[in-house]
Amino acid sequence: MASIDIADQNFEAQVLQSKLPVLVDFWAEWCGPCKMAGPVLDELSEVYKDKLLIVKLNVDQNPVNSQKYGIMSIPTTILFKDGKEIDRQVGFSGKEVYETLMKKGL
Amino acid sequence: MDKDVFAPKPESPMGPWDVVVIGSGPSGLTAAIYTTRGAASTLIFGGEVWGGQLMLTTMVDNFPGFPEGILGPELMEKMKKQAERFGAEFVGVNVDSIDVTKKPFEIKSGGKTYLARSVIVATGAETVWLDAPGIKKLIGKGISSCAPCDAPFFRGKKVAVVGGGDSAMEEASVLTKYASEVTLIHRRDEFKASAAMQEKVKNDPKVKIMWNSEVIEAIGETKLEKLVIKNNETGETAEVPFDGLFIAIGHKPTSDIFARQIERDERGYILKKTWHSGTSTRGIFVAGDVTDKHFRQAVVSTGMGCMAAMEALEYLEEDK
Repeated sequence: MASIDIADQNFEAQVLQSKLPVLVDFWAEWCGPCKMAGPVLDELSEVYKDKLLIVKLNVDQNPVNSQKYGIMSIPTTILFKDGKEIDRQVGFSGKEVYETLMKKGL
Repeated sequence: MDKDVFAPKPESPMGPWDVVVIGSGPSGLTAAIYTTRGAASTLIFGGEVWGGQLMLTTMVDNFPGFPEGILGPELMEKMKKQAERFGAEFVGVNVDSIDVTKKPFEIKSGGKTYLARSVIVATGAETVWLDAPGIKKLIGKGISSCAPCDAPFFRGKKVAVVGGGDSAMEEASVLTKYASEVTLIHRRDEFKASAAMQEKVKNDPKVKIMWNSEVIEAIGETKLEKLVIKNNETGETAEVPFDGLFIAIGHKPTSDIFARQIERDERGYILKKTWHSGTSTRGIFVAGDVTDKHFRQAVVSTGMGCMAAMEALEYLEEDK
């Protein structure tokens, strides 16, 4: 299962009201490191399925939540649990760093 | 077997491989194109963060063969595909350590040991962050080293760029498309960037330049608010409000895993001991920004990758 795309419209339902912890990847087409991060998150999405949801939010098309969460650098991934931000990771530093972040929500 | 593949892979993924390339920027990928075409089985440790510095750029206008320019990340995708076309095996993992006293050489990655008859070190260089209070805390909150990634978040805002080389000019130039004002802060009274890059930036009405100036502190709670800037001629300091700070003060060679294995200079650059790309250990070659403290250009790195590959092929022939 690849990580799914979400939008400002369903952010509330998909992220804030989710029963599972959710890792949101704020990304854009024009960002090289985001393209490196994509396949890694898809892979992790498979490994952690049923435990944690990984979703992608395109910052160009979804400015509301990008601004709300103060995204000023991409990729930024934010881990949400019970509707609250647990922690975030700025930049792409490889799989291990994502797993460390994800484990904070498990 | 694919008609383009001349080098059969070893039976075990652990090797021994004819060539192991460490790094996946222009030098590493070019080396792999040449070694595979020279019928040497080749494993590339591309790193988790692969593709090198060009992954952090937008348009590359000085790489020959692309008269309209090409996006840095796209160029790297193409180089990677080209290496894979000839049978190079690409793994997106980091190398933890290397033992050059063993033959074949032993390379450890993720708890596994890989064997290599020869090694091409092409680990490149990484961004140096400014060492001043407040910088670390505000990375991703207004402070960045990748304008192509982050410039759009500064639409209509005031930003600063620290540095005086080509990468500082590139950052500033990308930022002018979004920011209302771009201030270049440089500790000297002239830039060392190429004339073409300097002109592009200096002629932009949005660009201001602060010569002989250094950022000595970044201030802000949830995001960057202002910078403390010191004029290093007069000694005066001033607090100036900025929404963004882009750091382009240089790079340092990524060579720590080779400490006590391969000779490096005092700054960490791997030393060349033969005419072109040999290191202090026979069978280990080097290419690209991990050894190049002078040019640091993608096209130079590709050339160095080619030289390292050809020397590795010669070595493999002699060492049979």
